[in-house]
Amino acid sequence: MHAPPAPTARLPIASDADLAWVRQQVRQAAAGLGFGLVQQTKLVTAASELARNTLVHGGGGHVEMTTLEEGAARGLRLSFVDNGPGIRDVDLAMTDGYTTGGGLGMGLSGAKRLVQEFTLDSRPGEGTTVTVTDWAAGLPSPRTGAP
Amino acid sequence: MSGLPATPASSVPVLALGDVLLVTLQGELHDATAEQLQDHISHRIAHHPVPVGGVVIDISGVEIVDSFLGRILAEIAANARLLATRTVVAGMRPAVAITLVELGLTLPGLVTALDVDRALSLLGRGPGSAAPAHPEGDA
Repeated sequence: MHAPPAPTARLPIASDADLAWVRQQVRQAAAGLGFGLVQQTKLVTAASELARNTLVHGGGGHVEMTTLEEGAARGLRLSFVDNGPGIRDVDLAMTDGYTTGGGLGMGLSGAKRLVQEFTLDSRPGEGTTVTVTDWAAGLPSPRTGAP
Repeated sequence: MSGLPATPASSVPVLALGDVLLVTLQGELHDATAEQLQDHISHRIAHHPVPVGGVVIDISGVEIVDSFLGRILAEIAANARLLATRTVVAGMRPAVAITLVELGLTLPGLVTALDVDRALSLLGRGPGSAAPAHPEGDA
């Protein structure tokens, strides 16, 4: 019905100042699309977890923000891209409490619970892309939460 | 207060309110600033002229708490406890609480209060009672 929409913004993730900038930009975009406060907070928190993964585990990268429109539905897609070592065991990495980075191990599994759509594509030695999508509440889009 | 230790401009101020240390977090907090705060609070507790009766961290101005900041808050409280000081996190926004639970981060070791006044009451330093130099441990 339509070509994939072009990213509306591409933000570098190379320092903890960039993490703050990403949070700010995601918040602004989500608010602009009419996301409620709780949904905004969840999405920004998920973005913060994923951006930190990109920085800490992926050795840095970038996030692409894309505004989506399907009929009356409006959404926000975020793709976190790095060219780091990749994730060898995705199932293990998605387990609550599993960590290699000295954190609490809630980053990936927790972020997945905070958004409606979550995909992870990782190739060992090539990098990882995590894409999350949220739609403004009250829309027909099915909610695909926890596994 | 006087005699603030020299810290970079981006750091979070730690104010002494009687014998309680009050930390107000606001807006965007960089990871390095949060880690710096953690060290700073431990130092202040260890070197305060009078025994510190408690630490209150006001997060009512914080829009998101991710697992990193959650860990820092939990570690500040754990550090303080080992230094014989209680910590109360005050003013968490409802949206932040909802998000933390869904994230899987319920921070069971953290004592919370709805606002700073109630946090001070929890530490035995209610608005009515002029902060005593020593906690009397009435519980």
